[in-house]
Amino acid sequence: MTMQNVGRPTRPQAATQSGHTSLTGARGLLQDEALIFELGGWDKTGVDLAPGDHDASDLGDLVRAAPIGLPGLSEPEAVRHYVRLSQKNHAIDLALYPLGSCTMKHNPRLNEKMARLAGFADLHPLAPQSTVQGALALMDRLAHWLKTLTGMPAVALSPKAGAHGELCGLLAIRAAHEANGQGHRRTVLVPTSAHGTNPATAAFVGYSVVEIAQTDDGRVDITDLAAKLSPDVAAIMVTNPNTCGLFERDVIEIGRLTHEAGAYFYCDGANFNAIVGRVRPGDLGVDAMHINLHKTFSTPHGGGGPGAGPVVLSAALAPFAPAPWVVAGEGGFKLVEETTDEAAQGFGRMSAFHGQMGMFVRAYAYMLSHGSDGLRQVAEDAVLNANYIKAKLSPVMTPAFPDGPCMHEALFDDTWLEGTDITTLDFAKAMIDEGFHPMTMYFPLVVHGAMLIEPTETESKLELDRFCDALTALAQAAKGGDVERFKGAPYLAPLRRLDETQAARKPRLTWRPDDKGVSPAPLAAE
Amino acid sequence: MRFTKDHEWVTLEGDVATVGITAYAAEQLGDVVFVEVPEAGKAVKTGDNLAVVESVKAASDIYAPVSGEVIEGNAGLGDAPETVNDQPEKAGWFAKIKIADQAEYEALMDRAAYEDFLQSL
Repeated sequence: MTMQNVGRPTRPQAATQSGHTSLTGARGLLQDEALIFELGGWDKTGVDLAPGDHDASDLGDLVRAAPIGLPGLSEPEAVRHYVRLSQKNHAIDLALYPLGSCTMKHNPRLNEKMARLAGFADLHPLAPQSTVQGALALMDRLAHWLKTLTGMPAVALSPKAGAHGELCGLLAIRAAHEANGQGHRRTVLVPTSAHGTNPATAAFVGYSVVEIAQTDDGRVDITDLAAKLSPDVAAIMVTNPNTCGLFERDVIEIGRLTHEAGAYFYCDGANFNAIVGRVRPGDLGVDAMHINLHKTFSTPHGGGGPGAGPVVLSAALAPFAPAPWVVAGEGGFKLVEETTDEAAQGFGRMSAFHGQMGMFVRAYAYMLSHGSDGLRQVAEDAVLNANYIKAKLSPVMTPAFPDGPCMHEALFDDTWLEGTDITTLDFAKAMIDEGFHPMTMYFPLVVHGAMLIEPTETESKLELDRFCDALTALAQAAKGGDVERFKGAPYLAPLRRLDETQAARKPRLTWRPDDKGVSPAPLAAE
Repeated sequence: MRFTKDHEWVTLEGDVATVGITAYAAEQLGDVVFVEVPEAGKAVKTGDNLAVVESVKAASDIYAPVSGEVIEGNAGLGDAPETVNDQPEKAGWFAKIKIADQAEYEALMDRAAYEDFLQSL
C-alpha cells in the first residue's frame, strides 16, 4: 500500500464548555438550529391556498392515503431557519478565508448586479435563439476572452465545474486518440502532488493512473516522467502552478516530451489565477485545460449550483469539442447544437444545455471591470500577497520550499511544531478561535503536516497583517507550551470537534420523524 | 510472518498466503472507515492492486505482496472496518492467496528486517 503518513486525529475530544450559562440553555444570539422537519409540523401550513378547481376524485386510485410529511412553517419561521443556518458558516464576506488551493476571493457585487439583469436572469434555455441574442453575444465574448487569455483556439463552455471540465478534456483526448488510431493508449500520468480529482477523472474515463515522482524542490521529476512516457500513455495531467504553489519551471520540456511520446498534455487550470494575463498555457504546449471561473474570475464557489468549468482546447483537440458552442453569422449568433457538419467529430455533450449563464455573466463582468491590464495585476497581486505571507510567517513557521518565491499560495510544513505535542490539525482549529477560517491542511500529501495558505489578491495589506499577527501569536503560544489552547480548540465555535470517524463509518443520511417522537409522517425508508 | 516495504504482512500455511497491513500502517492510516477486498478467483501478480483501504484521511491501495489466485477476501471487514485498526495483524487480514511461487514469500523481509526498515523512515 502507499503510505500516507501525514495523519490527523479525527476523534472528538471532550468539550470543556465553561463560563456563563443562560436559564434556557440558549447561547445568546448563537442559536442552535433543528432540522426544518423538526421545526414545522406537517399538520400546519404557513400559507393559505385557495381551493382548487379540481378535487381528489380526479385522481382515482392515485390519491395519497397519508399526509405528505412536509414541514409547515410561516414565512418568518422559514426565513429565520435559513438565516440561522447561514450564521453557522464562515464566509468570505465575514473574514479572510485562506483555504489554499481553493482561491476564496471576494465576489464583486458588480458581478451580482449584472447577473440579476432581467435579460440574463430570466432566460429559459429553450427560448428561441432569436430572442436571446444578447445572451449568446455574451457567451461569444466570454469565449473570446478565455481563448485569448489562454492562447487556445477553442473552448467548451458547458462543463459545470472543474472536475466536470477535467472529464470534458479527457473525453476530447480519448476521442482524438480513437480518431487517430491510438485508442489502445490506456494510461494517464499524474504527479504525486496532483488534486485528487485528476486521478479520479482519469479512472472514471477508463484509464489506469500512474504516478510521476516529485523532485525535492516540489516540481515534476522530469527524468521519472520521461521514463514513464510509454506508447501506452494517453495523456499527462499537470497542475501549473502546482499544488505546492510553485511554477513548473520545466513545463515546456514536459509538453515537448509528452508530445514526442504521442500523448496529450492536460493542464489542471485550478491555479490559473496566479498566471492569468502573464502566461498563455497554449504557449506552453498545453492541449486542454479547464478554467474554474470561481477561482480566476471571481464567481461564487458552487455558483448557487451548478458552477462553471469551461475547457480550452488546442488545435489538435478542437475538432473533438463537445456541443454546443456559439457562432456568429448572418442574422446574428446561433448555437451549434448537433455533432454533424462542422462539428462532426465532436464527442457529444457535457450537459443538456449550454452551461451556467449566471456564472458566464459574472465572469465576463469581472473581465470587463478589470480589463486586460487589470487581469494581469490580479495575478501579480495574488503572487505578491502570498509571498508577503510567506515572508512574514517564515520566522515562526517552516516553509516547505524555502528557496525562491512561491506563486499564489504559501506552503508550510509542520517541522516547526516538532516537540510541542501540537499537530497541524490542532493549530488549524485554534485559528477558528482567532476569527479565521483554517488554511488547507494535510494537502498536498507530499508535504508532512502541510499548511497551505492562499490569501488571494483581494485582501489588503491591513488584513494580511492582521492575519499574520494572529498566526504569529498562535505560533509563539504553541512553542511556548500553551498546549491546551490548541488541543481543546475551537473553544469559540457553535460546535467543537466533530466525530469524523463515526460520520464516515455510520453516517445518518435520513431523518425520520418517529425517531424524535414527532408526527409520524411517511418519509422514505433508509 | 513476512513484510513488504509497502507495509503489508504475509503469513504462509501450506500454499495459502494470508495478507494484511501492519500495525504501523494501521496506526498511520488513522481510523479505517471502508475496506474493499478482492473476490475469490481473482488472479494477482506481485504489485497488483489487491484491495482498497479508506481511512478518515486517505484512500490507499493494498498491493499483492505475492503472485497467485485469491481464494478468499475477508468479508467481515465490510461491516466492521475498525477490525483493521483493532487487530491489524490478526482478524484484520484482507485476503488469502493461493501462492504460485513460494520463493516470493521467502524473499520478503522478516520482522527484524521490517523493524529496521521502520527505524529508517
